[in-house]
Amino acid sequence: MAAAAKAGEATLRHAFGNVLSFFILLLIGVLAFSIRLFSVIKYESVIHEFDPYFNYRVTQFLTKNGIYDFWNWFDDRTWYPLGRVIGGTVYPGLTLTAGTIWWLLNSLNIPLSVETVCVFTAPIFSAFASWATYLLTKEVKGAGAGLTAAALLAMVPSYISRSVAGSYDNEAVAIFALIITFYLYIKTLNTGSLFYATLNAIAYFYMVCSWGGYTFIINLIPMHVLLCIVTGRYSSRLYIAYAPLVVLGTLLAALVPVVGFNAVMTSEHFASFLVFIILHVVALVYYIKGILSPKMFKVAVTLVVSVGLVVCCAVIAILVALVASSPTKGWSGRSLSLLDPTYASKYIPIIASVSEHQPPTWPSYFMDINVLAFLVPAGIIACFLPLSDASSFVVLYIVTSVYFSGVMVRLMLVFAPAACIMSGIALSQAFDVFTRSIKFQLLRILGFSEADAGDGSSANVVPENDAVKVDKSEETIKERPSRKNKKKEKEQMEKAQAEKTSAKSKTEKRLLVLPMELSVIGLLLLVFMGAFYVVHCVWAAAEAYSAPSIVLTSYTHEGLHVFDDFREAYAWLRHNTEVDDKVASWWDYGYQTTAMANRTVIVDNNTWNNTHIATVGTAMSSPEKAAWEIFNSLDVKYVLVVFGGLVGYPSDDINKFLWMVRIGGGVFPHIKEPDYLRDGQYRIDSQATPTMLNCLMYKLSYYRFVETDGKGFDRVRRTEIGKKYFKLTHFEEVFTTHHWMVRIYKLKPSKNRIRGKMKKSKSRTSTPSSKRSGSRKKNPWQ
Amino acid sequence: MGVRRKMALRFDLIIFTILLFASPVLSDLILSKVDRRFINEKLKNGEDFNFHLAIPCLQIDLTSQIVENEGSEPVSEVLLAFPDLQVKDLALLKASPHEGKGKVKSLSASLPVENVKPNGMPAALTFYAVKLPKALGKGDSYTFDVLAVFAHALRPFPEKITQADIQLVVFQESAFYLTPYVVKVQSLSVKLPESRIESYTKLENTKIHGSEIKYGPYENLPSFSYSPIVVHFESNQPFAVAQEVVREIEISHWGNVQVTEHYKLVHGGAQNKGEFSRLDYQARPTIRGASAFKYLIAKMPPRVHSVYYRDEIGNISTSNLWGDSKKTELLIEPRYPLFGGWRTAFTIGYGLPLKDFLFELEGNRFLNITFGSPMNELVIDNLIVKVVLPEGSGDISVSAPFPVNQWEETKLSHLDLTGRPVVVLQKTNVVPEHNQFFQVYYKFSKLSMLREPFMLIFGFFSLFVAGIVYMHVDMSISKSSAAYLARLQWDEVQAAIQQVENVINRCLTTHDKLEASLRDLSRTGDVQACKAARKAADGLLKELSKELKLVLSFLQSSSAASQILPKVEELVAKEKDLQEKVMAKHSTVVDCYEKKTGIRDSENRVAAQQQKITALRQEVENLLELIDEI
Repeated sequence: MAAAAKAGEATLRHAFGNVLSFFILLLIGVLAFSIRLFSVIKYESVIHEFDPYFNYRVTQFLTKNGIYDFWNWFDDRTWYPLGRVIGGTVYPGLTLTAGTIWWLLNSLNIPLSVETVCVFTAPIFSAFASWATYLLTKEVKGAGAGLTAAALLAMVPSYISRSVAGSYDNEAVAIFALIITFYLYIKTLNTGSLFYATLNAIAYFYMVCSWGGYTFIINLIPMHVLLCIVTGRYSSRLYIAYAPLVVLGTLLAALVPVVGFNAVMTSEHFASFLVFIILHVVALVYYIKGILSPKMFKVAVTLVVSVGLVVCCAVIAILVALVASSPTKGWSGRSLSLLDPTYASKYIPIIASVSEHQPPTWPSYFMDINVLAFLVPAGIIACFLPLSDASSFVVLYIVTSVYFSGVMVRLMLVFAPAACIMSGIALSQAFDVFTRSIKFQLLRILGFSEADAGDGSSANVVPENDAVKVDKSEETIKERPSRKNKKKEKEQMEKAQAEKTSAKSKTEKRLLVLPMELSVIGLLLLVFMGAFYVVHCVWAAAEAYSAPSIVLTSYTHEGLHVFDDFREAYAWLRHNTEVDDKVASWWDYGYQTTAMANRTVIVDNNTWNNTHIATVGTAMSSPEKAAWEIFNSLDVKYVLVVFGGLVGYPSDDINKFLWMVRIGGGVFPHIKEPDYLRDGQYRIDSQATPTMLNCLMYKLSYYRFVETDGKGFDRVRRTEIGKKYFKLTHFEEVFTTHHWMVRIYKLKPSKNRIRGKMKKSKSRTSTPSSKRSGSRKKNPWQ
Repeated sequence: MGVRRKMALRFDLIIFTILLFASPVLSDLILSKVDRRFINEKLKNGEDFNFHLAIPCLQIDLTSQIVENEGSEPVSEVLLAFPDLQVKDLALLKASPHEGKGKVKSLSASLPVENVKPNGMPAALTFYAVKLPKALGKGDSYTFDVLAVFAHALRPFPEKITQADIQLVVFQESAFYLTPYVVKVQSLSVKLPESRIESYTKLENTKIHGSEIKYGPYENLPSFSYSPIVVHFESNQPFAVAQEVVREIEISHWGNVQVTEHYKLVHGGAQNKGEFSRLDYQARPTIRGASAFKYLIAKMPPRVHSVYYRDEIGNISTSNLWGDSKKTELLIEPRYPLFGGWRTAFTIGYGLPLKDFLFELEGNRFLNITFGSPMNELVIDNLIVKVVLPEGSGDISVSAPFPVNQWEETKLSHLDLTGRPVVVLQKTNVVPEHNQFFQVYYKFSKLSMLREPFMLIFGFFSLFVAGIVYMHVDMSISKSSAAYLARLQWDEVQAAIQQVENVINRCLTTHDKLEASLRDLSRTGDVQACKAARKAADGLLKELSKELKLVLSFLQSSSAASQILPKVEELVAKEKDLQEKVMAKHSTVVDCYEKKTGIRDSENRVAAQQQKITALRQEVENLLELIDEI
């Protein structure tokens, strides 16, 4: 009866453990959600930054017009006069997700606005992502590591930076999709179930819908498959995990308009097909090996290998020739800059100009993953003890993502989940070792055993014997975990040794127990480290990553000061200009202008047409008259510049100006970067070059600036401006915000023609169509 | 956009001294004295009519008139005439008995006014009839005041000014009082806000007193006399005009009245042309931007809570809220200063305690709340008030102090099934005088309040029930498919293995007991007790081995168990081995005690056995765990 009771208790404890982990997971979800609400509490429930505004606008369109209009949406309010086919050029995952949530809520009569849904999509999905991390890590190293990894991911700063409430960007959803895809892949690999393989293809489809980063998945998984084959770990489970993913996944991916035939045509997907073929060859070999006698098999191998090599060489030669014939070798610019970090800065300034495409600095690693950086190596070691299919996958994942994060800051986001998984494994293993040692030592110290355990004769028997004596129920509690631990012990001992380099006697593996003091101190240090991590994460979430960047605040001695200039300007544009007016600004502000001001823009943050951006860059770098002509040929009515000189806002247009020159000069060679630099230095004071002081950007930024303080002291550049008093002849100021951060100018209408001058300006000011063709030499637009 | 005639012109106090002289055409009424005052400046509270007139852009026309009946017929109605052009901007028309200046005039004392169409009158005029409290007999006279407020009567001229210019407006009226009656004596005074007057029409008897222009008195004017005057003067007061305001008042019987107000605002003064320079505006705001308006003040009821002020792109941070026990004031600044012709749109919202506004009366409930916007300086072109009643309200009726358009809608909101009834009231040309209380009566049963909590409870309950059902119901589609059968079999196998484990565990406990008895033996030397324990253990182990045999035979027969069977068999074999070893050890020790042979000697023998036992036990446990994992 005792045994029956024990079994009953075992199941009860099992159930209790499940309930406990369920509630821990629930709390982790709540934590992931609520740590991202700092932005709402400290600022307001508002969409952040640049890209989220575009996504928000697309979502608004989707909710208003429905899915079919969304696919066919040709947006004429941006990239004037070209327009943009939104339905075919956007990753629809995020928009569809938020749209579906909104639709669901509204059909349940919960009238939330689209904005609210968009603001809270990212925190909700980060809760999902931490649950997915739990599942993935559980598949790799068990539930304990899973829970730790989920808790770490819930608050890793790197991920918080992209998923605070209001940061309505693709990455918010994509990280969840990424992890769930990996989880399903591992799950399929462990179970060999076709059901999970199908789910995996669907998760992959969701990832393709959500983010261009899906190419990471479709390259990483083939790499892992290849690794498994090379290390002789081929199995039918591997086949089931991979083959359906490639077939279904590629078919599904091709359904997404923005990917379409790229799913089979570009080099990013090439690896997956190659591995697909290799996998089949290997499967065939294993099959043949099974039905042939060893001797026959050897003969067959030599035959096939000699023929196969010839064929392979031919095929590879053809492929190489095909790929080499395309100028970018079939890779997209962003992918190429991943493989060759110097590529973008050499050839595509528009990619290089984005700060998030720069390589990260070391402090940013510490900022973004904090103590995880130190735990990752321990986690990798733990993954090798023993190396399973699943743990080799996460090792591969972290190795590749470390490389990518080193190339682009943005990809730190892909690295963060891997770091969390590794650290989760490391932490949970370390805790395991320490707590187990403490438990054994405690029992030994309490000295129940008369079989004096000095020589460690039966570390496992001792607790049981003791427990029998003390109490039946206690016995079960003690006995079970010790049994559970045994398997891990084997792995842990070595790891613990490697980690701690403990000088303990290595008599027998499973009996290796750390001394009491060491374990307690180690445990305390681990807890301390965890606490440090939590404090850092909360600080990062509250202070570093919560600013919506359209509202700026500063603390002065009088208290909080709010700079709401951007919205002031956008609201002004929205209410006080005609609906069809075109607003020109540098592309950074394109998305915000279309979303907040609802006005047509020339270029925006989707930098699909370099020439168009270069045209605006050229206009900004040209003298007033030439700029007026360019803008006028584009039908522009208002020009918007961002100017931080009065209040010291550093990311203004003057600081971005060199990129305008570079990008403009890349297409229109008459704009030369050296003209704007004095001895290689970029300056706007009296030493600046005349080209610089006469260009449109300078004039629009500093128009009447000198009258504010009499000297014209620019607080960002910390210098007095070079040219102080000047008048605008072709532009007029129509609006400047409270802190001068946004200045809006209107193009003056062209003057009436005077008889004498008619001949001179004939080519320029006849009809708009002839104007364009007539001014081809002068006007870079065309 | 042409002339934006967005000033509200308020004719207050047309002092109609309607002399009742015998007029053969109409009745025999005569206006014996008419005093008209056009007021175009801020009135302080309590002055003249007791309205909170703080609106700079409204023109107020106060006419006080004395009516005298000279005919023989008793007359009970007096006609007021307005040109049709003015009538379309007429926001308010009110008549009340004259009680002398400075006296407070309560609303209840006002005389009823209604639109009439008398015969034989000129076509371009609209008439209103004032009902006198009692019919006037011959020679009787009666004095009353008429207040008329017109929106959009002031026009900026010039229509476009630069930032630096001052704003000038034009005001047009007739010097003579337009009336179907003969007027004996009439005077007109026009009060202007600032002393600077660009120009004004000079008639005979025109005097100017600082900022006040006086026409008259004129005597013995025939009916329908008309003499246009134009006054052109400086007015830098901003013209705040709301083109549309939608107020939504939502009642929750859980204790809250939520008010949400959407404004579309425009500066109705002279349009800004040319540059707007922030520099000039910041450096000299009173000169460069004199006519711009910077803020509005909303006077809200006390105990207002959860106030917000935002527009479609987010919160607007430039606002300030303060209050005391009598009132709450919210100062809001638009995102940018509004110059002439500039527009903006925003939303404010606030919650009010239910008990201050909702009352019960004979089983009916009624909401008693103000009609207009809480902002006093605003002229509203089109005001829509929506009162959202709780779901399940019925018998809805509205009582408003002035005529409004009215219809009903439904609105679906949180946890609604049928939708909430919405009473919509609409009125054009709303001025602050309309900020009066109106009542919405309806019936609502208290039980309906519980509907939503019950819905929630039921929803969650059914969710959990569904979860339980899902966990316990066999959901497989085909009961004969191979996979299903395999799973069933596998379940059985698992149960069997569980049983095996149980049995083994019990065996192990028995071994432990034997060990314990041995220890007792070493302590007490009680051989008999030890033997008894041995006997009991023997019996138990026999039973257990029988059980084990049964389960094993089942496992052997089952095909699904083929994978795990070797392990299980190994486990059983090892266990048996262990059992034997333990027994052997036990007998050895007991033998030693019985024969009293040297205990040292026995310990040596036992130690060898003990080692084997430990090793075996370890193996058994490992196997158990292995099977557990499978």
